[in-house]
Amino acid sequence: MILGVDVPPISHVTIWGEGPLGINKTGVIYIFALVMTFLVFWLGTRKKDALVPSGIMQNTAESSIGFVRNQVIMQTMGVDGLGYLPYLATLFFFIFFSNITEILPGVQFPANARFGIPLVLAMVTWVIFNVVGIKRQGPAHYFVNSVFPPLGDMPIAGKIAMYILLAPIEFLSTFIIRPFSLMVRLFANMLAGHLILVTFAALTAGLWAAKVTVIIAPLSFGLLVAMTGFEVLVSFLQAFIFTILTAVYIDISMHPAH
Amino acid sequence: MVLLHFLLAQAAADPTKGLTAIGRGIVYGAAAIGPGIGIGLVVGNAITAMARQPESAGTVRTTMFLGIAFTEALALFGFVLAFIISG
Repeated sequence: MILGVDVPPISHVTIWGEGPLGINKTGVIYIFALVMTFLVFWLGTRKKDALVPSGIMQNTAESSIGFVRNQVIMQTMGVDGLGYLPYLATLFFFIFFSNITEILPGVQFPANARFGIPLVLAMVTWVIFNVVGIKRQGPAHYFVNSVFPPLGDMPIAGKIAMYILLAPIEFLSTFIIRPFSLMVRLFANMLAGHLILVTFAALTAGLWAAKVTVIIAPLSFGLLVAMTGFEVLVSFLQAFIFTILTAVYIDISMHPAH
Repeated sequence: MVLLHFLLAQAAADPTKGLTAIGRGIVYGAAAIGPGIGIGLVVGNAITAMARQPESAGTVRTTMFLGIAFTEALALFGFVLAFIISG
């Protein structure tokens, strides 16, 4: 309870630990997520020669990778994108494990509510989709395709007028807003969920402490339990959305619109 | 209670803090209007599509989450901006 109700000051959103190698709660959770991701793949693939998967670790690992393969890659990139399966699966597991600590009793803090690592992940994705675009289409084609979208049948003057309006917007949206919104989406969702849980926990404690209002405390507590269940869904969904958006961006770089 | 004491102490220290709080509320509230309508449209139409063609529910669901993610980003910008504003 005391660990969960402990509210770090909001300045901790921008300040990460003490000194360059400072370790705080966020850092510990990221190391935990890293170890968990490693364990899932390591324990899950020890018996990889067996034809029929057996054991809880192998079944979990294989069905999760099947999920990333079928729901993320096949839905967006198709067979072309299967080479990105290792990156996307690792991304999915890492984000999920650092989100799920939001509801882990005693920890109750999603590491992705501090925007350091989401920013790095978004930048890695940015580098990957740009490199893929440059390799697949060549630098000039890639730039033209991303900044000047096809307009269809239109008189030449109309096209020029449209491109004067569209080109800056497309440039901003592809090269600046994309990684920024990827980072903000993950970070703000986890921060908002964490704040909701903290608010209801503090509210329950406060109503319990006051004499008369103790009658309303069960309502606040019930909502706290319900929101905890909802946050499980959100942590999974945010990991899924980050992964699938990465896949969509790589797909746009691989297969440009004609 | 902890939160209430914190807010009261803040208000006693500097009366203009209240105005900052109102500003933050307006920023987030205004930023949530458009995405609220947008997510309603996305999910509503996705449900219509799933009801009309249940066999395509998987594809529609994936696309729906993508649409939600793009729409929701604007509300989240507002959420972050509400924290960035300082009085």
